[in-house]
Amino acid sequence: MTSNLWSLISSLEHHMNDIQIKKSATSYDAIVVGSGAGGGMAGYVLAHAGLKVLMLEAGPFFDPAKDSMQLKWPYESPRRGASTNTRNFGDFDGAFGGWDLEGEPYTTKDKTEFYWFRSRMLGGRTNHWGRISLRMGPNDFKGHHIDGLTDDWPITYDEVKPFYDKVDRMIGVYGTVENLPNEPDGIFLPPPKPRLNELYIKKGAAKAGVKVIAGRGSVLTEALPNNKDRGACFFCGQCGRSCKVYGDFSASSCLVIPAMKTGNLKVIPNAMVREVLTDANGLATGVSYINKDDMQEYQVSAKIVILGASAGESARLLLNSKSAAHPGGLANSSGVVGKYLHDSTGSSAGGWLPQLLDRKRYNEDGTGSIHIYGPWMSDNKKLDFPRGYHIEFGGGMGMPEYGFGFGMQDMNGAVPGRDGKMKEAGGFGASLKDDYRRFYGTGFGMAGRGMAIAREDNYCEIDPNVVDKFGIPVLRFHYKWSDYEIKQAKHMQETFQSIMHEMGAIYSPMEGPETNYGLEAPGRIIHEVGTVRMGDDPKKSALNKWCQAHDCKNLFVVDASPFVQQGDKNATWTILALSMRTAEYILEQRQKLNV
Amino acid sequence: MNRRDSLKFLGIGTLAAATMVEACKPKNEKLAEDTTNKPGENEEAGRLPNEVARDKKLNEEKFFNDHEMATITVLADIIIPKDARSGSASDAKVPDFIEFIVKDMPENQTPMRGGLRWLDLQCLNRYNKTFVDAASAQQLEIVTAIAYPKKAKPEMQQGVAFFNLMRDLTATGFFTTKMGIEDLGYVGNSPNKWTGVPADVLKQYGMENV
Repeated sequence: MTSNLWSLISSLEHHMNDIQIKKSATSYDAIVVGSGAGGGMAGYVLAHAGLKVLMLEAGPFFDPAKDSMQLKWPYESPRRGASTNTRNFGDFDGAFGGWDLEGEPYTTKDKTEFYWFRSRMLGGRTNHWGRISLRMGPNDFKGHHIDGLTDDWPITYDEVKPFYDKVDRMIGVYGTVENLPNEPDGIFLPPPKPRLNELYIKKGAAKAGVKVIAGRGSVLTEALPNNKDRGACFFCGQCGRSCKVYGDFSASSCLVIPAMKTGNLKVIPNAMVREVLTDANGLATGVSYINKDDMQEYQVSAKIVILGASAGESARLLLNSKSAAHPGGLANSSGVVGKYLHDSTGSSAGGWLPQLLDRKRYNEDGTGSIHIYGPWMSDNKKLDFPRGYHIEFGGGMGMPEYGFGFGMQDMNGAVPGRDGKMKEAGGFGASLKDDYRRFYGTGFGMAGRGMAIAREDNYCEIDPNVVDKFGIPVLRFHYKWSDYEIKQAKHMQETFQSIMHEMGAIYSPMEGPETNYGLEAPGRIIHEVGTVRMGDDPKKSALNKWCQAHDCKNLFVVDASPFVQQGDKNATWTILALSMRTAEYILEQRQKLNV
Repeated sequence: MNRRDSLKFLGIGTLAAATMVEACKPKNEKLAEDTTNKPGENEEAGRLPNEVARDKKLNEEKFFNDHEMATITVLADIIIPKDARSGSASDAKVPDFIEFIVKDMPENQTPMRGGLRWLDLQCLNRYNKTFVDAASAQQLEIVTAIAYPKKAKPEMQQGVAFFNLMRDLTATGFFTTKMGIEDLGYVGNSPNKWTGVPADVLKQYGMENV
């Protein structure tokens, strides 16, 4: 052949070799997909037990000690902390990513409105979350007897309690012992005292007949005696930025980084898992992932595969892992994968307290989690919706950030000026400048977070037409709130009006039916759970009570996908307890799994 | 780690709050073990490369022309003037903040540009001068006509909407600066021990038993 033809052939070979599938020589005891609460806990337990674990995280490494924006002043951001596309909760917020990830779309059908928050980083959404740490109660695990509307979990509170206890001791949570039937008490650190605005809320709520107790948050109001790696909280109120002294719970700081110190946990960041690989017998053999740094595909094998990619992403992975042994997707002979997706209900209100004009200044930052909390205490027999919601309250002299002072024209005409005379709303100049000082610290807010009924026809599935930039088929959502959730939001609004009235606050009229009573769109509360639910019956569930796949005994799921029915409690503490329980089960069962 | 050690971890000892904050300023480090995109020279710790790039790009753009910036500056100082306690909005560089914000949040561009032009047309019709060139008394006259939403005449309503926006951006821009925060008296954002509302404040509001 001529030299021209040789060089043509070799240049073709060069291009054809640009993308390969590289098979790793190392085989691990376990692969964990995702480094959030569930993945982080599984990696922590298994690494400390001596297993060789590979953790694949779709986003970059993140260590709050180095990477947190904690203690920055608003003027250290050109937008003074306002939100951006890449940090949806504010320029200093501890979450990378958000509702829209470049090149990683999701779709909807049948007029669904669904918002899906993805945080691509070590620790995932646990870096920025509100640290509100609530145990599910006995009626949350077994609620069918109440009104027949929900499926029971295959486990009881009593079976999970030992793990909640261990999580409390290991990670730390503040609160008070209250002996409420469906709000199990933890092993508590002392809670932070209420701020002044919160005392007004407590007083007004009491008059309105709404019970308010101390908040429950995973913040170290005291140091943990058995943990030299984490510092005690110093009350800057910025948990949402993640904590440089590891004073609050992030999976990055409390689970993954300590686990790496055992030498048994290897973390590969910027690794987006495409599918779980299986053999001819249907057992998991490992995963295939794309490394975002070199854009090459890798396959790595392990004896056990553990998914902690978040509800949604774990379902997506399973549905994308089809094979002859698993034609409907891995672990999906029941057909339930993707189904029973549900988010918390959410509706909020706020106002300001004229009693607090011209406040004395002091440091009122407190913790970045709730100081006070309203558990659900009502009798549903008298109501037109099932189950209930808790209330998160807050207010005080916080650090100014973008948005400070907005809407003064709606406030300064409502109360007399310093001279005792009413003034015209709005204005400008020295008197207006003085108004910002006068009104500082008068505001407060409250938000309900409630239980939505898990339904088979709220689900996600694979969109047959759409892939993301990595070539991975994306999720398509089908979700509608039912009348129950809308009526629950109405009750929230009515309750808020009653509390604010008894507080003597100034506030707007309640949200009405045209906004579904302020009910946030599905996904907006970022508590989406379900999609790979557990159960005793392999025809109606994908996982058994240990979060082990019925169809694939060396596959486990440790995020919120296994949830059968969320309570009116945020998911994280339950994710941690269940992941620890599953990891300990794996350790006990390793012989039987021939691994 | 105990609290004393954790304060040391933050790089602060038993110093005053202001010094603590200075000591806490992050050094120029890339994200630990982040191998995506090699960090640039001026990369801030904890910032992703695309965040740094976006702000750099925004800072290179210019939206308001000189006349608009001059108008914004006069307006901002009318809204928040210098007084005994602190400087004016322009002393706190609020106009530059507003310029950045309209680039960062483009939905503000037309309301601001259009509002400024609306204001100038009002002044040209009334005084034969643009807002910045009008006499101080005339500037105050037109501002007064749009600064009080409940009193403004219906034909001034677009001006009211513009002035509400301008007032909001000026207030936020001022009170999130060092000058504004000191004026407000905010004393947080530093290591603290929160033991609840101080006793004298509880007494002032009768909240001792809540």
